[in-house]
Amino acid sequence: MADIYLDNNATTQCDPKVVEAMLPFFLEQFGNPSSIHSFGAGVGRALGKARKQIQALLGAAHDSEIILTSCGTESDNTAILSALKCFPNRKEIITTTVEHPAVLALCAQLEKEGYTIHRLKVDKKGRLDLDEYQRLLTPNVAIVSVMWANNETGTLFPVEEMAELAHAVGVQFHTDAVQAVGKVAIDLKKTKIDMLSVSGHKLHAPKGIGVLYLKRGARFRPLFRGGHQERGRRAGTENAASVVGLGKACELAMEHIEFENSQVKALRDRLEQGILAQVPNCFVTGDPDNRLPNTANIAFEYIEGEGILMLLNKAGIAASSGSACTSGSLEPSHVMRAMDIPYTAAHGTIRFSLSRYNTQVEIDRVIAAVPPIVAELRRLSPYWGEDGPVTEPEKAFAPVYA
Amino acid sequence: MWDYSDKVKEHFFQPRNVGALEGANGIGDVGSISCGDALRLSLIVNPDTDVIEDARFQTFGCGSAIASSSALTEIIKGMKVEEALKVTNDDIADFLDGLPPEKMHCSVMGREALQAAIANFKGEEWADDHEEGALVCKCFAVDEKLIEGLVRAHNLHTVQEVTNYTKAGGGCCSCHEGIEEILMRVMQERGEIFDADSAPAVAEPEPLPIAAKASGGGMTSVQRIRRIEAVIESIRPNLRMDGGDAELVEVDGNTIYIKMIGACSGCGMASMTIGGIQQRLMEELGEFIKVVPAEKLAQPPQQAKKVAHG
Repeated sequence: MADIYLDNNATTQCDPKVVEAMLPFFLEQFGNPSSIHSFGAGVGRALGKARKQIQALLGAAHDSEIILTSCGTESDNTAILSALKCFPNRKEIITTTVEHPAVLALCAQLEKEGYTIHRLKVDKKGRLDLDEYQRLLTPNVAIVSVMWANNETGTLFPVEEMAELAHAVGVQFHTDAVQAVGKVAIDLKKTKIDMLSVSGHKLHAPKGIGVLYLKRGARFRPLFRGGHQERGRRAGTENAASVVGLGKACELAMEHIEFENSQVKALRDRLEQGILAQVPNCFVTGDPDNRLPNTANIAFEYIEGEGILMLLNKAGIAASSGSACTSGSLEPSHVMRAMDIPYTAAHGTIRFSLSRYNTQVEIDRVIAAVPPIVAELRRLSPYWGEDGPVTEPEKAFAPVYA
Repeated sequence: MWDYSDKVKEHFFQPRNVGALEGANGIGDVGSISCGDALRLSLIVNPDTDVIEDARFQTFGCGSAIASSSALTEIIKGMKVEEALKVTNDDIADFLDGLPPEKMHCSVMGREALQAAIANFKGEEWADDHEEGALVCKCFAVDEKLIEGLVRAHNLHTVQEVTNYTKAGGGCCSCHEGIEEILMRVMQERGEIFDADSAPAVAEPEPLPIAAKASGGGMTSVQRIRRIEAVIESIRPNLRMDGGDAELVEVDGNTIYIKMIGACSGCGMASMTIGGIQQRLMEELGEFIKVVPAEKLAQPPQQAKKVAHG
């Protein structure tokens, strides 16, 4: 039996059609798109086509609003650092407690350099308080950076509404949309979003390619300076093959967006209900009514995520965890902590993230595999008794220096 | 994921001695639920012979925490209590053919559970002074709390000094930014400013000027040796934390022979540790000295080379 891949929020398999579109750009059309000769011209045209395909998926008004980058992280860093350079007198940034490290770690560094970082809190379902947001939104803010969809729980933030609010007070709005693009219908020309980050490998394009959408007229300062590529906004020779691959992936994503929100969603729901029905003491994290169609994040109480992943891996199932141990840090996922999920559950969160390639047969195999794995680990847990948690688990087992 | 040894995987997939132990007379609960690792070790000790007749564990934790717990029970079963107290976290890691640096704390937790369970058997209260911070140096598994404590205690100013005291930053050098941040913070607390220009571009320890002659700084030999002993004594707690120790063997001019004991002996990091002791001695004595492992004292060079086949 082939292994089952349910870790598509980490990365996706390239679509075979994407690979096929890319291949001529290694051995045949290898020219530099900036060159005047025939080796370069064809590549330039191919990049132009890809830019149009990306524009279409994002609903951007102009193809010149697409800046090609190396990854989502580069796009996020470029967006935030650009705003700080454009508005040197503004020393505040608004973001959320549950952003990806591509934003959070940069903000932590900027904080050390003297900026004030406002991190919007979330409630137990991972939702923002827009009143808090509006209170913080002043002309002292250089940029707001809020993710469209959370990578761990799939919870969606009202970024279109938040962008309107920012625009009303003249503050730039950036969204890290790497998880949302291709799964959520996006029409940027109808929004007040100034900047948006895309990562190719989250939507069946290769790794090492990303996009920063930059609304026409929004003030911008490049991160990289050098050649005239991307109209001087991101110097460096284009990753031509990957750009072509991303273009194709965007075209395919547009074709499949309905499928993602019907079939993939149905499989996700089947998986989630199948597990919840069989396993005691587990629950879905985030906001189940408002999230990506492919993501299920389930907290298994009184056990630790890495053990679950190792046993799932042994059963040929790939998923990921918010446990501390899988990241090498001591704290469990900052997203779980932000939602105030207790430690006994936060360490045992498992994220299953599906793609259009998953089948019902696969999902049924996972539903069958999970309960015995959880039971086995609970047998080892000091918080678990014969057939349920020990009475008052926190008191029955209170280790020294807890 | 982690590069676990086959032994770790074996003890995770088929853990030995799992569950609560009926009639246990020594129980140790340690760990930290916030860190995601917690362990209950239950022992049955024969009060007449002091032999650990049975040991079982219950663990909330990752793969290596479960494997370390399983290994611990296998190691200590049949041991006498006094013998078991000598088990170090390195013994547990060695039993499992090693652990990734980020996971060494799992073996530390095992050792602590053992000490707590034995204390419980003896009717003593076990107190833990171990505080764990975020991992800074991945090469030598050194955490923030340890670095911070030593920077405070010894008034350290540079990354190089931190490396000499803790080994942190002595490997791939990627964590120097993190070490500098700790230095900056602690130095600010004591009203000093971290001097970025003093940070060496490369962490290679400087070679000792061979021509440098021991001046002795006006001390008699006895005073000088006492001074050296005092320095070793001040380093001792850190070595013991790692389950090792060091002993002064001989002083010959500016060459000081030191014997590494316990976990320090044969440890891959012994040369780093010796470098650290050397640095401290030079600071304290105000003269150039060279610290050499005591094994080199008596051995002719050709014998020092061990035959690697076996």
